[in-house]
Amino acid sequence: MVVDTRRRTLMCAAGALALSSVAALTLAAEPKPRAIKVVAKKFEFVPSEIHVTHGETVILQFTAPEVTMGFNLADFKLRTDIVPGQVATLEFTPDKTGTFTFLCDVFCGKGHEDMSGTLIVS
Amino acid sequence: MSRFDRRQFLQLAGFGGAVWVSGLSAEVCAADAPKATGYDDFYFVQLSDTHWGFEGPPNPDARGTLPKAVAAVNAIPQSPDFIIFTGDLTHTTDDPKERRKRMGEFRDIVSELKVKPVRFIPGEHDASLDNGKAFKEFFGPTNYTFEHKGVHFIVLDNVSDPSARLGDEQLAWLADDLKMQPQDARIVVFAHRPLFDLYPQWDWATRDGAKAVELLMPHPNVTVFYGHIHQEHHQMTGHIAHHSAKSLIFPLPVAGSQPKRTPLPWDPAQPYRGLGFREIEAEPRKAEYVITEVPVQRA
Repeated sequence: MVVDTRRRTLMCAAGALALSSVAALTLAAEPKPRAIKVVAKKFEFVPSEIHVTHGETVILQFTAPEVTMGFNLADFKLRTDIVPGQVATLEFTPDKTGTFTFLCDVFCGKGHEDMSGTLIVS
Repeated sequence: MSRFDRRQFLQLAGFGGAVWVSGLSAEVCAADAPKATGYDDFYFVQLSDTHWGFEGPPNPDARGTLPKAVAAVNAIPQSPDFIIFTGDLTHTTDDPKERRKRMGEFRDIVSELKVKPVRFIPGEHDASLDNGKAFKEFFGPTNYTFEHKGVHFIVLDNVSDPSARLGDEQLAWLADDLKMQPQDARIVVFAHRPLFDLYPQWDWATRDGAKAVELLMPHPNVTVFYGHIHQEHHQMTGHIAHHSAKSLIFPLPVAGSQPKRTPLPWDPAQPYRGLGFREIEAEPRKAEYVITEVPVQRA
């Protein structure tokens, strides 16, 4: 009986190890979302044109060197404040193709109304 | 001159543009009439988005348009009960000294208006860079209420926060004010930005505007007049009508009609096209508002 119990324990352990290996392999196989750095400065986004692929998960990483800015991509209901000294991130997977306008939605100065860009999803 | 005579005069003189009637249906009005006695009709003038200090090709007469509008309002045969400017009195500047200079010049020009009182609310160009500080110095509070002939007017400030929020404090103030009104009160709201998501892609929205609309919804007689989008626009959110006014500096395109929200070009063949102000005839008994668009210059 003692032997059987040990054998079952060993078998379970081996099985668990095998499963965790599979999980690890699966995790390793998933592509890491592409990071896209965007600087929001007076009064432009750099880059002002962002290219992504339909179904591709990306992480937008924003910084603002001067004053608080906003990023608003209304067609995807995405927005964030961008506070100087902090990195703001937005992760998303575009589910439609086309050209979409994003803009600064925090009034930031005399050039605020020209501060916009385009997201191109191909 | 009676209301009808005045409206007829405007049409004949070439002042009157499209007339828009906002309010309840005739059936509802009739049903409501017995308990809605004691109201006097009146009218007021709304001017918006004068952007004093703007210079550029979209308006080669940027320094002449506002004085022309003031003269046009003064020329109306029957004086309005009051006048209101719904924001962006001045064009934005990063220089606080220049901002105050523009506000002082604007105040001097509109002091020529014969009708008093003249009321003001801020736009983001006036208030977003200093949270309304300069505006308050020149024009007083950024949100307030007033009564006129049975109508309760509420002025909301959705621009002093550069993120285009009314904010929890103002929303609580609005809720408290509305609690003091009878459910069937005649309520008119003034704001600069639209309270609903007209076109967020061009920042034509108020981040928490839906909360204000939600607070207003229990009241059946609410109408909103606003500016910001430099063109006439009419939309309902439930039973609440929202009417935007034309600008007095340059018109903007219809939402989404072009890639960017750049001003429509000045047309030398039709100067001041797309610019103007409006007269609003309030008929509180029926909770109805008749809007007449008036161009800067006679056609």
